[in-house]
Amino acid sequence: MKRAVRVKVNGKDYGRDVDVRSTLADFLRDDLDLTGTHVGCEHGVCGACTVLLDGAPVRSCLMLAAQADGHEVATIEGVAPSADELHPLQEAFWAKHGLQCGYCTPGIIMSACAFLEESPTPTDGEIREMLAGHLCRCTGYHFIVEAIGEAARAMAARRKA
Amino acid sequence: MKPAPFEYVAPSSAGDAVEALGRFGDEAKVLAGGQSLIPMLALRLARPSALVDINRCGDLEGLTESGGTLSVGALARQRDLERWARPRSPLFQEVLASVAHAPIRNRGTVVGNLVHADPASELPALLLCLDGEVTARRTGGERTVPADKLYLAPLTTSLEPVELATKARMTLPPDGAGWGFAEVTRRHGDFALVGCIAVLALNGGGAVSHARLSFFGVGGTPVRSAAGEALLLGREPTAGRCVEAARAAAAALSPDGDIHASAAYRKTVAATLAERVLAAAVGRCRRPA
Repeated sequence: MKRAVRVKVNGKDYGRDVDVRSTLADFLRDDLDLTGTHVGCEHGVCGACTVLLDGAPVRSCLMLAAQADGHEVATIEGVAPSADELHPLQEAFWAKHGLQCGYCTPGIIMSACAFLEESPTPTDGEIREMLAGHLCRCTGYHFIVEAIGEAARAMAARRKA
Repeated sequence: MKPAPFEYVAPSSAGDAVEALGRFGDEAKVLAGGQSLIPMLALRLARPSALVDINRCGDLEGLTESGGTLSVGALARQRDLERWARPRSPLFQEVLASVAHAPIRNRGTVVGNLVHADPASELPALLLCLDGEVTARRTGGERTVPADKLYLAPLTTSLEPVELATKARMTLPPDGAGWGFAEVTRRHGDFALVGCIAVLALNGGGAVSHARLSFFGVGGTPVRSAAGEALLLGREPTAGRCVEAARAAAAALSPDGDIHASAAYRKTVAATLAERVLAAAVGRCRRPA
């Protein structure tokens, strides 16, 4: 069973006929070739596929593509401000070694983008609570906590400047 | 694509959703937040032949407080309740912070969580503590099911497949009431191995005038503890009395053992958590002048 879907992804409009069984993650990766959204567990536990739906982080594996009709989605491909510039979160992950294999990173960055909007000056405890929704099998999380803290400070400094 | 094939309908009103449910009978599942249903579809633990997606039913939105009653529409997300609670209710705030993670709460609905009836979930136990009820609508009728008549078994409520849970109501704790919440989980946001919620209020003389104590993760359904509450009502909640009530409450439980924890462990932890939440609730009570 197919259904027509119109969705805005990273500011660009797309219209597709999707199988109603497709998740939003399948749709982003297979129909739109936006493969930066990674698929890990496909049942909502690992957080790798997290994207922003109308600005709020959601698991793209726990939503049908048909349900995104009429909504706006933001993925990791739209985070950097330009082709040769990184977002402060991406800068901080690079500077603080916040990733090794990088599989979980897009989901964490998307969650962190929304998290820092709501909590611009988070404590390490708040960062850790947010990260509880994301599994990383490489880093042991310490560097990720440092990277998000670093990004928060960089973004605060930028707002002041 | 992982789910088995299904027919997808997206009605634009509660009336149309109820009509669709009536048409499909027990072949259909309601898709609200999808945070429990979609994993079950992906794992093929559920294979409904139709999904009735209620996300476009504008008449199921809404989260309102009036006269000490909180009314939560079927489309209110857990995150909406969390935002409502932030300046108003530390009890709700603390309970919700333990319900999965922010990205799950952004989609997951309050009512969906309540009627999914996972026995280890926090919100059904909160519904019991707040004398809550769920409104269920079917073609040609509507009824209200109180929390203590709602939960029958794991993932099983007294709602019929043709009924749509349209809203939940909870009675907010009386003025000056104290509360306590505690759970044991392996990781933050996981389903609880055991958890406990208490709401207590005192009269002018310092005796307990309102007592609610409920557990989750201790069997097939959330449990409200008549035994524990009875030992507190009308009496001064001394430390000794709270310990006695906590032990009596835990003794009346019959939790299951599974790969996560044995039944004996759950019972021991339930007694300890009940002691802690009762002490916390007493500490937070304000006596009326």
